[in-house]
Amino acid sequence: MKRLDDRNWLGALFMLPAAAILLLFLTYPLALGVWLSLTDQKIGRPGEFVGLENFRSLWGDAVFWLSVFNTLFYTAMASVLKFALGLWLALLLNRVRLFRSFIRAIMLLPFIVPTVLSAIAFWWIFDAQFSIVSWVLIKLGLITENVNFLGDPWNARWSVIAANVWRGIPFVAISLLAGLQTIPPSLYEAATLDGASRWQMFRYVTYPLLTPIIAVVMTFSVLFTFTDFQLIYAITRGGPVNATHLMATLSFQRAIPGGQLAEGAAIATAMIPFLVAAVLISFFGLQRRKWQQGGGDA
Amino acid sequence: MSSINRRDFLKLTAGAAAGATVAREAGAQANAPKLVPEKGASLRVLRWKRFVAGDEEMWMKNTEKFTQATGVPVRVDSESWEDVRPKAAVAANVSSGPDIILSTFDDALLYPEKLLDVTDVADYLGAKYGGWYDVCEKYLKHNGRWVALPLGCAGNALVMRDSHMKAAGFDTFPKDHAGFLKLCQALKAKGTPPGFTLGNATGDGNTWTHWLLWSHGAKVIDDNNDVVVNSPQTEAALEHAKELYQTFVPGTLSWLDPNNNKAFLDGQVSLTLNGISIFYAAKNSTDPKMKEMAADIQHYNMPIGPGGRPTELNLFFNQMIFKYTKFPQAAKAYLTFMMEQDQYAPWQQASIGYVTQPLRAYESNPIWTADPRHTPYRDAMKVMLWNGYSGKMGYASAGTMADFVVVNMVAEAASGQRPVKEAMERAEKRAMRYYKV
Repeated sequence: MKRLDDRNWLGALFMLPAAAILLLFLTYPLALGVWLSLTDQKIGRPGEFVGLENFRSLWGDAVFWLSVFNTLFYTAMASVLKFALGLWLALLLNRVRLFRSFIRAIMLLPFIVPTVLSAIAFWWIFDAQFSIVSWVLIKLGLITENVNFLGDPWNARWSVIAANVWRGIPFVAISLLAGLQTIPPSLYEAATLDGASRWQMFRYVTYPLLTPIIAVVMTFSVLFTFTDFQLIYAITRGGPVNATHLMATLSFQRAIPGGQLAEGAAIATAMIPFLVAAVLISFFGLQRRKWQQGGGDA
Repeated sequence: MSSINRRDFLKLTAGAAAGATVAREAGAQANAPKLVPEKGASLRVLRWKRFVAGDEEMWMKNTEKFTQATGVPVRVDSESWEDVRPKAAVAANVSSGPDIILSTFDDALLYPEKLLDVTDVADYLGAKYGGWYDVCEKYLKHNGRWVALPLGCAGNALVMRDSHMKAAGFDTFPKDHAGFLKLCQALKAKGTPPGFTLGNATGDGNTWTHWLLWSHGAKVIDDNNDVVVNSPQTEAALEHAKELYQTFVPGTLSWLDPNNNKAFLDGQVSLTLNGISIFYAAKNSTDPKMKEMAADIQHYNMPIGPGGRPTELNLFFNQMIFKYTKFPQAAKAYLTFMMEQDQYAPWQQASIGYVTQPLRAYESNPIWTADPRHTPYRDAMKVMLWNGYSGKMGYASAGTMADFVVVNMVAEAASGQRPVKEAMERAEKRAMRYYKV
């Protein structure tokens, strides 16, 4: 009983359930995935350790490299757009006075709708024959035939990026809005008295104070985007001719329908360095005072 | 409480052999295996979601009949057919899940050690109903033993608006490549183009591109499992695809499995390759326009290439019992019951032949002649080849098809994204990764 009075012992005890959950549901699957990538396991059959053979094989696989390019492009473009539009939306919402709660609730809808449902909606929106966008543009006399949204490699890439951006903006906007509301109004009053323009207020007051939350939000946004699966799987299955295959979708395709569990695990494992890099950039960024104040490293 | 006990069920299944018309036609002498469902048995079945409504309704009625006859409750869950494969894979890997899974293509050969040997049931049904078509053994026999039972296949045929064909100047459907191309060109000229799936669509993408390849005498691998896709025959197939593609409705590179159905039923394409589901949807619609379309639809078999024989790939359905089941006898009894004529024939009729039989005797099911538009689907199992033709089935063939190697090659070449030779070389490299050359 005396131990229960010991803060350290009690703290460790309270942490145990969380640690157990993390070990069981995060560490174990991750370690198992990495182990599988070093074996030749196939569905329904145990594998043997083969070292880096799967990675060597992937090194010479054009489809794998295309999926790496697609993933990086998809993540970079979608993240930049989500940040720009999300910040813009947060700044606008921060000024809204009427129906504030209602508008914020509405804005969250894309984030609330199950991903597969929104993916199916976009599948129709981008359909080669039934696209509402094409229909409107034709009715307006701007085009004469349907836009080939998902049949052309670059159109398809931008189309799935658009779907991801639509879905991801609310997360960025609401998080940044929360950050904006922590900035004391007195700073803006002081800046106004000093004759600061709107841009200067944003650059020297809003942006520096928002930087820590931007770092956190964008880290999560990049992680979510990099590991996206559902949107691609429902809209294109990685097509046309693998132009939208992400590492996550290719990993699934090879591991489950293809039966090559180890190779699928190797593709998933190959995602880890990119994800770790994204986390480290954010982590070290948050440590830097200059970053926190919106400055550079120099 | 059922009025028939397990012993009665045994008599029922064994006795059914004598009375079955189809079996008489097949002239078979078959002894039903003694299958006594375990005491307290219950079954969980996972199957693919219906493509046509009649299928699922009759499947459930037959299942209820089985429960009445044996007292074995059966829970049937349905998933989209492409989602069944991953679930079956997980069940195999973790040795837990539904007792029976109805899946597709070569799943059974990916984990044959995990599946219950059903040779006794397969031998009985084969003997009773005129034998299994050859392709069934390719898909489901491992080391000379049946590791799953065939259910049939979703046959594919060319779905054609007959009035459009006539308007394009064709009274009969062409039977060779040259005529087929001419028809497609004429349809395009008339503003009623054809459309064939070139996206990463497991069903429609694979079926027509494999036909294209095989009908030109080309194949991905030969009898020795050597990769032979980089060949003059493949080159000819891809050149043909390039010309065909010019006639397609725009957007086929993005098409997934449902797209050609939607486009056809909307009147945007007049010719595509599909199961009987397009006709079924039009025929059973209450919309007068759809009824009119149904009357105009005709089905034709794919043209035959220089080999002089049909070279089709159809969506093969298997029925797997997993070794982890606690009720192997009940599971075998269920599948046997469902394949018997009293259940199977009405099931085929309810789905107007969406599933083509794996047993020869069911060729005489009246559904195939009730409407001449059903007939082209009758021989889908008889004439189909296996994915991975003409090599052995297994992980390499499954991986090659799951990775859309053939679909992507045809799409790259047909659309002009890659020169024909480069598309072939890329496919060759990709296939070699699976066949570990």
